[in-house]
Amino acid sequence: MNYTPQKFSINAKRALENEKLRANLTRAIKHTLTKRTEVVSELSNWEELRQLAHDIKKHTIENLGYYLELFEKRAIENGINVLWAKDGNEAREFVIEIAKKAKAKLCVKSKSMVTEEIGLREFLEENGIETVETDLGEFIVQLANEMPSHITAPAMHKSRDEIGELFAEKLGVELTTEPEKLTAIARKILREKFLNADIGISGANFLVAETGSIVIVENEGNAGLTTTLPKIHIAIAGIEKVIPRLVDLTIFFKILGRSATAQRFTSYVSIINSPRKNKPDSPEEIYIILLDNGRTELLKSEKLKPALYCIKCGACMLACPVYQRVGGHTYGSIYPGPIGSVLTPTMFGFNEAKVLPFASSLCGRCYEICPVKIEIHHILLWLRHEAVQKNLTSKLEKIVFKLWTISMRNVKLYELGASLMRFVSKIGLQPKFKNWTKTRDFPQLAEKSFREIWRKELKNDFK
Amino acid sequence: MKIGLFIPCYIDQIYPQVGVATVKILKKLGVKFDYPLNQTCCGQPAFNTGYWEEAKTIAENFKNIFSDFDYIVSPSGSCTSMVKNFYPEILQDSNDWENKTFELSDFLVNVLGVDSTGAEFPHTVAYHDSCHALRELGIKNEPRLLLRNVKKLKLVEIENSEDCCGFGGTFSVKFPEISTEMVKDKVKSIVNSGAEFVTSTDSSCLMHIFGYAKRKNFKVKIIHIAEILANF
Repeated sequence: MNYTPQKFSINAKRALENEKLRANLTRAIKHTLTKRTEVVSELSNWEELRQLAHDIKKHTIENLGYYLELFEKRAIENGINVLWAKDGNEAREFVIEIAKKAKAKLCVKSKSMVTEEIGLREFLEENGIETVETDLGEFIVQLANEMPSHITAPAMHKSRDEIGELFAEKLGVELTTEPEKLTAIARKILREKFLNADIGISGANFLVAETGSIVIVENEGNAGLTTTLPKIHIAIAGIEKVIPRLVDLTIFFKILGRSATAQRFTSYVSIINSPRKNKPDSPEEIYIILLDNGRTELLKSEKLKPALYCIKCGACMLACPVYQRVGGHTYGSIYPGPIGSVLTPTMFGFNEAKVLPFASSLCGRCYEICPVKIEIHHILLWLRHEAVQKNLTSKLEKIVFKLWTISMRNVKLYELGASLMRFVSKIGLQPKFKNWTKTRDFPQLAEKSFREIWRKELKNDFK
Repeated sequence: MKIGLFIPCYIDQIYPQVGVATVKILKKLGVKFDYPLNQTCCGQPAFNTGYWEEAKTIAENFKNIFSDFDYIVSPSGSCTSMVKNFYPEILQDSNDWENKTFELSDFLVNVLGVDSTGAEFPHTVAYHDSCHALRELGIKNEPRLLLRNVKKLKLVEIENSEDCCGFGGTFSVKFPEISTEMVKDKVKSIVNSGAEFVTSTDSSCLMHIFGYAKRKNFKVKIIHIAEILANF
């Protein structure tokens, strides 16, 4: 993973000036949000569903150990191999060990954010195992050698023209910008890979504890092929993906499709229970790697724990006025946008990502749209506090707030400060804070403050 | 019933007419209240920038001044939200901040049961939903109801009225480019609405909208909702 959240401000300026990127983002986001409103408003009980999903997630996270152990027990009973990885390194080692044992040369991958999180594809390729992304969006960003810019729409930042040019350049095909033709090109290449792959690697949207099932939702059928054609299927999932019961899926299916891609239901759902048992369309071996990679750190904090409710739909990104304008790559992390600004500093290193919790106007759109009701904007506030506590803010800012506190604590000093500012402005010495005034005017202080008017003109009316 | 009027620091110093209008409205409705002169700020600038210790100091000061009141009323959604939603967290005291703190339009409609102040304002007005009033306090219909009942006022909705204006306190100076892009879109939709005035529960959003509109010579004028409601 190319981890550069410290460059957020520089990246943001660059992105804002990139008209092509802005146009691509605006078009894609507007389209999805409009459709989302449509498919959400047709449900009369959307708020109820959000609350239910929140409650289920909360209950599961509060009892995470219990449900993980139950999942493990049931999965093993079904013949699935369960592996626990404390971090990315352990998870990668598990995968390479399995691959080496199977003498694997080719892996096909379906879309998975945790594998992006641990840089699995790059790792396998470094180890001489060709690894191909089979989700169309991921296939595009792999070709372009980029990171996904959104967690469910990885190539959202690209227009079809750009994708056509990319295909022509990298695949040596004739230039076309028709989505159907581009899809057919990718499909032809990918079919070949599916049929020859030794291992299929997937993520998981949900792990059902009571049945030990791995659940994957998707739209292209590529996850279905990834998890059935190769002889070995390795699924990797964050430990927060577990849910108690199969029936809980009825709620999550309703909210996830609508929130992620503005669909009533995704085109495909795979519920994987066991390896081949007299069935031709199933792998001989299934592994599930349960990945921690910093998640139990979040579990330790009452404030941060709710971030683990996240079902990785990406709706908060689409709704965020900052993300809408700067796009996912600006965040320099695999998880961009509002929830990314929570997960990135807390999971992958606060120091490098300390700017992210501040990169929000705290407008609350993220919470409003979140299908599991995570108060993302309030967690960002908490993380700002953590940044101050960890001494990661500037000396100047600290001094400013110390002085500000002194003057606000005492009404005499407050009034004195205000008079001083009035005087300074009167003699034309008003300080210019250019971060505001470069693009916007700042109002003058009023001739008389409210309290002055109150004292002299209004107070007596109320005696 | 003891009512305390909280006039946030920036309204006190930059937009005193908003405080005056609030007083005028309450007086007309026969509401008895007090304006404690030793009040300053709610502490939100520090709180939202992560300086919770400093914010707590200011909140303690506020507590000493406002503890005895049954209601606290303020012409600001943002500062009301600070007291109502975050004081319980940083102060951990016995005050029922959540239930006794009200933004002005919320107080007029939901506590006093008023739907008109008898004002007249012969202009086309657009209402901008401030994020804190809308999403932290759930105030959406109250200001619109009051505005609709202002004589001769034509209320227009702006496209994306619920989008943030890009102010966000220190966000506006920490990320000036992003913040400016946000206010640019906001001003554009206000201009497109054909409104002469844009109003809101929050002078902070209006200050930001004014700042960009003035720089770019857009004719749109800002006015706090209290000023319209006090125009009788």
